[in-house]
Amino acid sequence: MTGFQAEWFGNVRRDLVAGLVVALALIPEAIAFSIIAGVDPKVGLYASFSIAVLTAIAGGRPGMISAATAATAVLMVTLVRDYGLEYLLAATVLAGLLQIGAGALKLGNVMRFVSRSVMTGFVNALAILIFMAQLPELTGVGWETYAMVAAGLGIIYGLPYITTAIPSPLVTIVVLTGVAIYLDMDIRTVGDMGQLPDTLPVFLIPQIPLTLETIQIILPVSAAIAVVGLLESLMTAQLVDDLTDTKSDKNRECIGQGIANTATGFIGGMAGCAMIGQSMINVKSGGRGRLSCFAAGVYLLILIVGLGDWVAIIPMAALVAIMIMVSIGTFSWSSVKALREHPTSSSIVMLATVVTTVVSHNLAIGVLTGVLLSGIFFAGKIAQIFRVRSTLSPDGRARTYVVEGQLFFASSQNFTEAFDFGEALENVVIDVSGAHIWDISSVAALDMIVLKFRREGAEVEIIGMNSASETIVDQLALHDKPGALDKLMDH
Amino acid sequence: MPELIALVDGSTYSESVCDHAAWAASRLGTGVTVAHILGHRQGVKTDLSGNIGLGARTALLEELAELDKAKARLAQKRGRAILEDAKARIEALGVEQVETRLRNGDLVETLTDLESDATILLIGKRGEAADFAKLHLGSNLERVVRSTTKPVLVCSRGFKPVKRVLIAFDGGASAMKSVDHIARSPLLAGLAVKLLTVAPDTPEARAKLDGAAALLRAGSFDVETEIGPGQPEDVIVRRIKGGEADMIVMGAFNHTRFRNLFIGSTTTELLRSCQVPILLFR
Repeated sequence: MTGFQAEWFGNVRRDLVAGLVVALALIPEAIAFSIIAGVDPKVGLYASFSIAVLTAIAGGRPGMISAATAATAVLMVTLVRDYGLEYLLAATVLAGLLQIGAGALKLGNVMRFVSRSVMTGFVNALAILIFMAQLPELTGVGWETYAMVAAGLGIIYGLPYITTAIPSPLVTIVVLTGVAIYLDMDIRTVGDMGQLPDTLPVFLIPQIPLTLETIQIILPVSAAIAVVGLLESLMTAQLVDDLTDTKSDKNRECIGQGIANTATGFIGGMAGCAMIGQSMINVKSGGRGRLSCFAAGVYLLILIVGLGDWVAIIPMAALVAIMIMVSIGTFSWSSVKALREHPTSSSIVMLATVVTTVVSHNLAIGVLTGVLLSGIFFAGKIAQIFRVRSTLSPDGRARTYVVEGQLFFASSQNFTEAFDFGEALENVVIDVSGAHIWDISSVAALDMIVLKFRREGAEVEIIGMNSASETIVDQLALHDKPGALDKLMDH
Repeated sequence: MPELIALVDGSTYSESVCDHAAWAASRLGTGVTVAHILGHRQGVKTDLSGNIGLGARTALLEELAELDKAKARLAQKRGRAILEDAKARIEALGVEQVETRLRNGDLVETLTDLESDATILLIGKRGEAADFAKLHLGSNLERVVRSTTKPVLVCSRGFKPVKRVLIAFDGGASAMKSVDHIARSPLLAGLAVKLLTVAPDTPEARAKLDGAAALLRAGSFDVETEIGPGQPEDVIVRRIKGGEADMIVMGAFNHTRFRNLFIGSTTTELLRSCQVPILLFR
């Protein structure tokens, strides 16, 4: 009871104020992400309201902001273009259900396989995607647009030097809108981009045929949305954990995101997840509790429904300026400097994640690439940890090989090469009691070595095979046995 | 081995907690661990500019860490002072073995780590932030009592020597546990004990009461029993106000939080209205 109260009402005044700052920044983002996905702004705005409110209640990380996001929006483009909005809504519902399933299976723990380099690559790729999504607004337009965007960025970054009491993105929107109207500029406005909400969202069931074919169409998109959404949410949760020095419930967060997306599909909203940039803005503005995200969603709805006509005349240039700010804030600047200082393999993992994401416009593929690469690099490093020593008997007829270290698929080739088959011997002893045999690749390599020596006419004896192969963890569940760690370490 | 854990927070009740701890320590012949737990401090600085620039993550993290650091330092300094005072007070009352513990974290989580070799926890009825006018109990009190497996001595505002003990006996599991514990512990040995059951006088209730009395008499207590109808909280509060006992022993929070939310809890009512220390068993 006390924990519940603290999460909701532990920081009321600051949460309500921070929620307002966040809501003001959410409006341009929700509109911008709707445009990325190719749907009317109202789809993103309804989604942001619903996701923010529901994750505030059901999520596992108080103080984190979830809404319609760029990471998920880029995944929807093709589906919307080829099949239309109804399929997107169905995909949103399915993505939510998949996330609930992931949370129920406690897949949040799988996050530990996503290394720091992959996470850095993720945020950098995300920042680049957000920036690239602004390019259509910046190409083939008159100088007025450039001037407006530049002025917007000037206000966003300049105003905080004068006062931090009013959100500078809000001032940017108000000033640029005023200037555009006063000078009667011929530039694009939010109203040109599609329909804005004029009512509260209503419950609706996506109009799609419930067939296997439909599932085949939406499932790949839903799966990608579910994965990317959870990744960004869990990373953001970790970031908020670090910033506020508190703990979060990662599996509850998975389920919360799932509930939010499922429900959002039924009120005509697109799928979303936690937002890195907005969550930072929230923490910076003093938001800590669930109330901050809840309030942000409610303010957002009040603002767009109440001020819909005013939102329509905001010039796109103002939104572009704000999105460039979000992109810059999301990008990990220190990772560029760290490229030279970090090990090459880490840098390659980070860059590969960024490049594959930017090319595929799919963060899921980028992360998968990064995770696979880091796994391979890790295997490569561990493969170097083995050594073969040998001693020749005084009469020169027998040799004893002592093998130590890690034997597995990545080291089995070097392992085989460490033996000298050209030496004519009568007896060969291979002592593997100091080695860890991790998989059947190394067992096969050992078999082959024995066979080769026999072909050269030597008798082969293997010592310590039992203790070495005990480390085939899959079969013998070594970790369950007492003293298992000692066994691994004492060689 | 220190067996008493006294929780102090620097409020008015801390002195009383020390006095009660010294009293219990001298009766039990053990030492006291005085613990002060620094709650989670949260440095919040409000910057409503709503923008994030290059390196925002790192900058924000450093800024917040810096804020927390300053607060944590201050809290630590204050915590050490509180512990020093408490230690001095308990030592002055004749307890030789007094240890102090200063810990970071959530009170309940930290207690779970600390209490493993303790026999009794001592806590003040209200804490730093308590609102005396409204008779509110400390917000941590119920959390502590509900989370711990050890008996909790909830200390009243001032210490008075304990001579007569009232055991509120409802025949429930935690009441039996409390009688069993008292019969075997030197804590209340030699004091006048009254077993009071507030319930209709049925043979069943009578039998349980007599069983408890026999258990206590076997531990050479001077026991008096009484059974009578009424609302438990009303009857007990009246007895205490009438000066019939200067300590209550009872089983605590036998019902779920959900029920308490609507019906209220006997434990809470007694803690609120009685000006004597109460030893709670879960």
